[in-house]
Amino acid sequence: MNKSAELLVSAGSIGQLVRYVEAGANAVLIGEHRFGMRLPGEIPEDGIGEAIRRAHELGAMAYVSANKLFRNEELPALPGYLKRVAEAGADAVVFGDPAVLMAVREAAPGLRLHWNAEMTGTNSAAAAYWGRKGAVRAVLARELNEEEIADFKRRSELEIQVQAHGMTNIYHSRRNLLQSYMEHIGREARIVDLGADRGRFLTEAERPGERLPIYEDANGTHVMSADDICLLEALPELLAAGADSLYVEPLLKPEEYNIAVLRGYRSALDAWAADPDGYVMDDRWLDAIRELQDPNRELTFGFLYKEQVY
Amino acid sequence: MNAAVMNAASGRPAGKRYRLDKPELLAPAGNLEKLKFAVHYGADAVYIGGQKYGLRSNADNFSLEEMKEGVEFASRYGAKVFVATNIYAHQEDLAGIADYLRGLESVGISAIIAADPAVVETAMRVAPGLEVHLSTQQSTMNWQAVRFWKEEGLPRVVLARETSMDEIREIKRNVDIELEVFIHGAMCSSVSGRCVLSNHFTDRDSNRGGCCQSCRWKYDLHEGEQSVMGEGDNPFTMGSKDLCMIRHIPDLIDAGVDSFKIEGRMKSIHYVASVVNAYRQAIDAYMTDPLGYRLKQEWVDEIGKAANRPLNTGFFYSTPGAGEHIYEPEEKPAPYDFAAVVTDYEPATGMAVVQQRSPFKPGMEVEFVGPGGRAFSQKLEELFDDEGNRLDAARHPLQTIRLRTDRPVAAWDIMRKKTL
Repeated sequence: MNKSAELLVSAGSIGQLVRYVEAGANAVLIGEHRFGMRLPGEIPEDGIGEAIRRAHELGAMAYVSANKLFRNEELPALPGYLKRVAEAGADAVVFGDPAVLMAVREAAPGLRLHWNAEMTGTNSAAAAYWGRKGAVRAVLARELNEEEIADFKRRSELEIQVQAHGMTNIYHSRRNLLQSYMEHIGREARIVDLGADRGRFLTEAERPGERLPIYEDANGTHVMSADDICLLEALPELLAAGADSLYVEPLLKPEEYNIAVLRGYRSALDAWAADPDGYVMDDRWLDAIRELQDPNRELTFGFLYKEQVY
Repeated sequence: MNAAVMNAASGRPAGKRYRLDKPELLAPAGNLEKLKFAVHYGADAVYIGGQKYGLRSNADNFSLEEMKEGVEFASRYGAKVFVATNIYAHQEDLAGIADYLRGLESVGISAIIAADPAVVETAMRVAPGLEVHLSTQQSTMNWQAVRFWKEEGLPRVVLARETSMDEIREIKRNVDIELEVFIHGAMCSSVSGRCVLSNHFTDRDSNRGGCCQSCRWKYDLHEGEQSVMGEGDNPFTMGSKDLCMIRHIPDLIDAGVDSFKIEGRMKSIHYVASVVNAYRQAIDAYMTDPLGYRLKQEWVDEIGKAANRPLNTGFFYSTPGAGEHIYEPEEKPAPYDFAAVVTDYEPATGMAVVQQRSPFKPGMEVEFVGPGGRAFSQKLEELFDDEGNRLDAARHPLQTIRLRTDRPVAAWDIMRKKTL
């Protein structure tokens, strides 16, 4: 198989979307916190059409995130939003909650769907199930290894999306855990003070080098991995395994860093596409990322070569 | 009571509708013995784990033979047995699912509790005799998602523990499906299934039963390079207090909850029996006479005697805040300990035969408890072994002991003592 892969990143504003596409992304994920989770910024409903148009002008796909777990009171807004997104020409909507499927059937029947159940997207049979409900892509859990990814793809008719770079969410709660703790120790805290850009992290006595970013927003409390996945060196293996889309997670990173990452992966993907058999990784691609890498965060292969027990 | 208009036929206030169908009390059973206690103390159904595909890889878990025996025992009480098959499967797990589910069907299991559509779909295809209940691990908390699963053919959804009482009512109004909710026990503080702390810290897959409860560890919260923890402050944690809804049974019944679920396949016999006993009485009391219903302090006390964590009402009435997490050192032992189970009682002599579960001796203050809230305290008198020899203490696990009780007791009654 000599097929290259899409390079996908989420973008928090139209300007950022443009800069990320210019740096090498050919697909972007956008949205707002009312429907999507853990976005690097919001593009509100009345700007979503413009964002999709800009992406398309630049030759990139535009996906809209609606991947949160919905409550009853959030349901009424869903059909209208999805209809608007579909009319604006979104290339897909990303969902985890079946409520989105129900709303798509009702309000935007032609809209393409990407299934993203975060850490519970772990096997091809589940993906096939959502495929029969209309999903054309499965977003794989980051806790799968290379063998599992390859087997998943072999047994699946869906496109598969694998996270290639950045941090991952490892814990999500609907509780306001930061606010609760601040109150417990007698400190005032409001949700605006607890957000993603406040540089808060957890450490645990047995793991002194590991810093787990933590933040709170309208969707609850999010704990992120202490390391950053970097699969640049494993790119030929990912492509051989059949990865259709490689996702770069830009969350909690400076834009400059994300641009360097996208450039690195773009160079690699282009080099591979030009000559898959003669492909050799150029160390400079990785060096450019390392130069901007937070020294407190290790670049790792994530779960790509791990065996888990249970 | 104010002057409500009464319905002559039912003797209940006109206008307010009371449920006539009694909700199910669903209890955990970590092994065959716990299953028997849960059923004997009043569970309408129990859920257990098999050798595979469950989320408690550390629990005893049932072989097919044991399941069969459990189903037979439960059926004598009219109770059902469900099996938790609620992992999120990886590729290597897929091949055996169909055979496993056929096995469950063949031994008379009534339902599986599943989260992964791979399991849901396989069960409906190969084991049509099994009901499929959607696990809380799917984090279902809105009525459109519930409607989706109903249209897929599932008769029951276990709601996410984040669903409030008002939301449950709204879901029930919109979708005609059985709703199961957790009413008691330990809770994931994350959205169920949305936590891989164990995977990252210890390479143990939480969504396949390897959870090492990292949410209950202690953490240091930093802002920039500074720890926010001051002198004397407790460290940060995500650990939640345990759920307890004994004070809100009428609310749950009126909201339309069909199955009241108790958490705890890893918990002790004493815990399961005590908690089931309390909820059984509360549900029966309300269903028998909703107007005359009063919460009994003894139900609350009964639960308290087996609980090892502080309790709260989860998300039912509000989002848990600062007071609802356990920042202090935790895991205190339960105030009472299981000392023996009664296996026989001789009315003529007033002597009980018991099987030892933890050491006791003459002079010790103990409590006897049985189903339906039968309970009394007494001081232990002389103890005899099964050959009539007098003992200075009951030291040996499972030893048969004869002792005098102040009041009649019955097989399955529990004798408990204060935890030292």
